[in-house]
Amino acid sequence: MAPPVHRRPGYSRKAQYSLFATYVLAIAGAIFAALLLLISVADPTGFAALRNAASETTAPVVRLFDSVRRSFTEAGANLSAYFDAGSKNRALTLEMEKARTKLVEADALRLENRRLRGLLDLVESEETNVIATGRLISSTATSSRRIATLSIGSNQGVAPGQPVRGPNGLIGRIIEAGPNTAKVLLISDAENVIPVIRLPDGQPALASGMGNGLVMVRPVDLGVNPFKKGDIIATSGNGGLYPPDVPYARVIRKTSDGAMAQPLASPGNSPYVLVMQPYQETAKKALDKALQESPAAAGDE
Amino acid sequence: MKKQILATGRQLLGPSREYESRIERHPSPTKILLVPIMSVMAGSMVTALPLFTDAPLLPPLGYLMLLSWRLMRPGIWPVWIGLPLGLFDDLWSGQPFGSAGLIWSLTMLAIELVDARAVWRDHWQDWFLAAIAIILALMGGLAIAGLAHRAPEAHVIVPQILLSILLFPLVIRLCARLDRWRLAT
Repeated sequence: MAPPVHRRPGYSRKAQYSLFATYVLAIAGAIFAALLLLISVADPTGFAALRNAASETTAPVVRLFDSVRRSFTEAGANLSAYFDAGSKNRALTLEMEKARTKLVEADALRLENRRLRGLLDLVESEETNVIATGRLISSTATSSRRIATLSIGSNQGVAPGQPVRGPNGLIGRIIEAGPNTAKVLLISDAENVIPVIRLPDGQPALASGMGNGLVMVRPVDLGVNPFKKGDIIATSGNGGLYPPDVPYARVIRKTSDGAMAQPLASPGNSPYVLVMQPYQETAKKALDKALQESPAAAGDE
Repeated sequence: MKKQILATGRQLLGPSREYESRIERHPSPTKILLVPIMSVMAGSMVTALPLFTDAPLLPPLGYLMLLSWRLMRPGIWPVWIGLPLGLFDDLWSGQPFGSAGLIWSLTMLAIELVDARAVWRDHWQDWFLAAIAIILALMGGLAIAGLAHRAPEAHVIVPQILLSILLFPLVIRLCARLDRWRLAT
């Protein structure tokens, strides 16, 4: 490209000085940005108000876009349901017959479970109840952080620290809440560590995101790697944040120290998400308080 | 005779008249000022649309627009423009606040240094420069996110880097189109 005109400002002192001033300003700007960055590294939620204000301004427009996108997707799904309708119908009928017997068995098990719990005097400590229902309206598709924007906020009772789930499974937890929007840290983010169990046998493990849509599951008992392809992982309820038995992921590959798994719920195709009360909220608050009071314990964590 | 034929030909083919200064008509100063800035801001705001990706896959469109304008039209912006536009990008990207402010400022300063040495460049050289800038910026963004939080491994952003580099010529075409509209009388 042609060189810019202003490179050599000629003999005019004024032009020379103003060109020099832009360089000084640019370097000062870079230093200012570095300082802002230091502040936000030290306190990651420090600029939450600014970010929330930004997403509040676009949320109404994005909600409209989102409903348009959804109606198109639904139209596509309705249309494709007509193909192979006959064979699909037959397969589904067979599957439903099988499922009906399973359902009766499950009912019987539930009854037996309740009876056994009664024998043991086990009481469900706190019911996990839904605070609000919303939709995910956008995600940070350019950044290596996996954060989604939720269409509801503190006006609907949403607060940081609450778990979020979709119809298919766990989505993440709230990290920032504005008046009408909130930010959800998705389970595929590397920072989101979740205590989980393998479903049939209750093998405990810890899972964290890998940043590429998959999650890494590591067994708590080191040395044994019991996972195999197709295992279903669910939350365990340990830690008091995520409620137990929320479907989490399906194992797709065994690795040297654990397994890679595909989350069951995807933020892109969950029609709605539920914001829930933290499981065992009082116990978790007490724990957090204790950790705050003794800095040594927090350091060991 | 020859002149006449040329004149008719030009009339038939309809050569672009955008750059011609017609009598008493000048390009609008607000348009000249705002089109580049607005297009970069719009690029930053693309993440507000309902797009969901499992991995960081969407190219940083705001950064690509900034690079395109800067490489295509050196001198339309003062060097410090990286700071305000970068801070605006930080509102939407999900990165720690100040990340793009720093990276975009450093990019503008670096291109200024390159301009002093390689004065006449063609499109391929610009693309090469942009590719280096994109690789450094995305890697830097990942490193900065890793300062504040647990970050994923570096190979996660390789597809995004490739996609961004391949998208750059398209973005610079879009900028050229916008530039024609910006300068039209």
